[in-house]
Amino acid sequence: MQPQVQNLYRPKGRGGQFRIAVARWLPGPVLFPSIGLAVVCLAMVAASDTFLSVDNLVNVGRQVSINAIIAAGMTCVILSGGIDLSVGSVMALSGTLVAGLMAAGVPPPLAIVLGLAAGLLCGVANGFFVAYSNMPPIIVTLATMGIARGLALIYTGGYPIDGLPDWFEFFGRGHVLGLQTPIAVMLLVFAMVYVLLDRTAIGRYIYAIGGNEQATRLSGIRVSRYKLLVYAISGFTASIAGLVLTSRLMSGQPNAGVSFELDAIAAVVMGGTAITGGRGSIIGTLIGALMLGVLNNGLNMMGVSPYLQNVVKGVIILLAIYISRERSRIA
Amino acid sequence: MVPLIKTGFVQKQMMKTVLKLEGISKKFGMVNALSAIDLAVAAGEIHALLGENGAGKSTLMKILSGIYRPDLGRIVIDGAERSFDGYNDAIAAGIAIIFQEFNLIPYLNAVENIFLGREITNAAGLLSKTTMKRKVQEIFDKLDIEIDLEIEVGQLTSAQQQFVEIGKALQLDAHILILDEPTATLTPNEAEHLFNIMRDLRRRGVAMIFISHHLEEIFQVCDRITVLRDGVNVGVAETASITQEQLVEMMVGRKLENNFPAKPEPVAPHTRQIALEVEAIQITRHSPRNSFILHTGEILGFAGLVGSGRTELALSVIGANPSYLKRVKVNGVPARLRDTGDALALGIGLLPESRKTEGLILDFSVKDNMSINNLRKYSGSGHWINRKHELQASNEIIRKVGMKTPDALTRVANLSGGNQQKVVIARWLNHHCKILIFDEPTRGIDVGAKAEIYQLMRELTAGGYAIIMISSELPEIVGMCDRVAIFRQGAIVKILEQPLINANEVMHHATTSPESV
Repeated sequence: MQPQVQNLYRPKGRGGQFRIAVARWLPGPVLFPSIGLAVVCLAMVAASDTFLSVDNLVNVGRQVSINAIIAAGMTCVILSGGIDLSVGSVMALSGTLVAGLMAAGVPPPLAIVLGLAAGLLCGVANGFFVAYSNMPPIIVTLATMGIARGLALIYTGGYPIDGLPDWFEFFGRGHVLGLQTPIAVMLLVFAMVYVLLDRTAIGRYIYAIGGNEQATRLSGIRVSRYKLLVYAISGFTASIAGLVLTSRLMSGQPNAGVSFELDAIAAVVMGGTAITGGRGSIIGTLIGALMLGVLNNGLNMMGVSPYLQNVVKGVIILLAIYISRERSRIA
Repeated sequence: MVPLIKTGFVQKQMMKTVLKLEGISKKFGMVNALSAIDLAVAAGEIHALLGENGAGKSTLMKILSGIYRPDLGRIVIDGAERSFDGYNDAIAAGIAIIFQEFNLIPYLNAVENIFLGREITNAAGLLSKTTMKRKVQEIFDKLDIEIDLEIEVGQLTSAQQQFVEIGKALQLDAHILILDEPTATLTPNEAEHLFNIMRDLRRRGVAMIFISHHLEEIFQVCDRITVLRDGVNVGVAETASITQEQLVEMMVGRKLENNFPAKPEPVAPHTRQIALEVEAIQITRHSPRNSFILHTGEILGFAGLVGSGRTELALSVIGANPSYLKRVKVNGVPARLRDTGDALALGIGLLPESRKTEGLILDFSVKDNMSINNLRKYSGSGHWINRKHELQASNEIIRKVGMKTPDALTRVANLSGGNQQKVVIARWLNHHCKILIFDEPTRGIDVGAKAEIYQLMRELTAGGYAIIMISSELPEIVGMCDRVAIFRQGAIVKILEQPLINANEVMHHATTSPESV
């Protein structure tokens, strides 16, 4: 008696359940980024003999890891409908703090904990202003971006901090279970964020807030709490990236991470996450980060001038997002 | 009213058909949205387009406005066949549509909005503000509309904004005007004003298509009625020669005996159990202080005009909006409701007024929408979701509320309005929540789904739930409520009990100021 519900996504015939399961995975945010990554990889294989070598691929993984770790936290923020511009600065602040405290003789484990705590604190501050004072995230994090960078410069006096204990290079140059530590840390961070977003109630709330904040609030969810949480996560992952970078350089650089927020946002969006929130996946972000990394690596190997690289990267980002837009418009 | 319609009818016979649709068909994928629709509208006619949600009205309007192209069929305007490539082509052909959601820029004034994109300029290329203002003033004067042309349209009432839309259409020399549920956001008085303007336009020979869910309105202003059902034109009727019952039957294809389920026998006052006692609530320091009681097993109506403060009060009670003063007892125990999380913990749920913007997360599946505030149920202790359990529970509730959806994983955006509403209701049913606030639960959903939601509400109260229903539909208030609190300008002016609940009594208190009683 009711007009039949139209559902254009519903697969017909046998194997429906299976195809629903596949449909929920693939055409969702992950299919197109995967194709994009495949295309970029094929292009690089065609253009360069050495691209496929194990050494080079490991190299790509290591180069990608820092941006990917930041992008993992950024994914949570963007899924909730926000944005975090402060990640690059927070990364520098945490990195210099770890280096500075260690150089000043603070026990290294404590120095690391304090460095990570500083990043977390920056994230909590962002989250507090966004969630409880209703300030627009782009403004709040723009402000903390300046503040965190300034604090890093004040703390270091503008000079890199060197003279770190030898074993500290474990985080940037060491190995865990045969994997380079940065890659291992990246995989661990992604696994944790994946579980959070996909298997827990908190993850569902993050998607819900990005999808419709008011509906989520009126459903009895304490929205502010979870908004604060995503910025805290983002601050924390930024500081993990800071730790890895400091270790790789064996130096606390106050000017590290400038414009890293843009690379992280690009990775998230190229991974199919909607910039307006509510839709996307952490696996897509990993693919997006890899796509950017392969591009960087390939263009370098081809000897493309760094100036032109920026242009090429920008065009490809635009193209990737244009395709995913068109797709979601058709769907 | 009837004689007037009859004259309209006679006049129309002599007038020429300006808009003619012949065999319009449109398919989306496998679904026939429209099959061979014929429709003819004459100059000086108000033609109602009626049908349940999903019957094809919006698709037809989108074809008429050039947003969709028909797969088959012809659009004939003033005797010439036209095909539209976009809204601008439709405007050029003299068609204007006033959508449910207005297309006005809130920060511009009426004149700037009306001339947006078609500004009149002087020899130097600068805006001729006085000319434009004079032209707008002329249009409004003709229609006997008073609007402040200086202030931003965002500050106008929704009725006035609608008039600005109409003014925009007339400025474009539209002689075919399509009004898509124009009265949905208007008070009865404002709607009456709109009808007068429509009658005036009819006299000037404008052809109008009027879409509405309110049958009374259709009988008030329309000459003829075309009924759509499942994308098929089920028939055209003269308004004067058809009854409301016949129309409803055409729409739903079956006879609806009675919309409302029977009310239970009133319970003796001393045996009533109090579920929610709002001893005092005041939204701001200057707003009126209200109090009311909600009993277990009853439906308490919040009646009043649009804008009388019913939704605001409800939102303040559950802590979604701030309040200046609030003393509330839930099940006899003093309660602090600081935010909606507190309300949820205390077992109070709200079904928001606007399903799409406040109720649903449109990107989510049916299951995810329903379980969003029950997730803890599907986890042992912490935050882990047991997906199997979640899916089972969701399927159970889908059956319980009679929701029609291919499955629990379907995106909620693909459901019809009535079924979407059931998703929002279902969210609260898998819960300890026994106090539910339904804000306009049947707005924009079709007759069949309405009856099902009424039935569901009654089943809930019979099962020990206490329900507050905010509604602007008088028949619904009278037909469903055991008690009615009547709002006027933010204050509860009267609480009616059975058997005094009738339309006249409710309307009287809602529209008459207490001083003049």
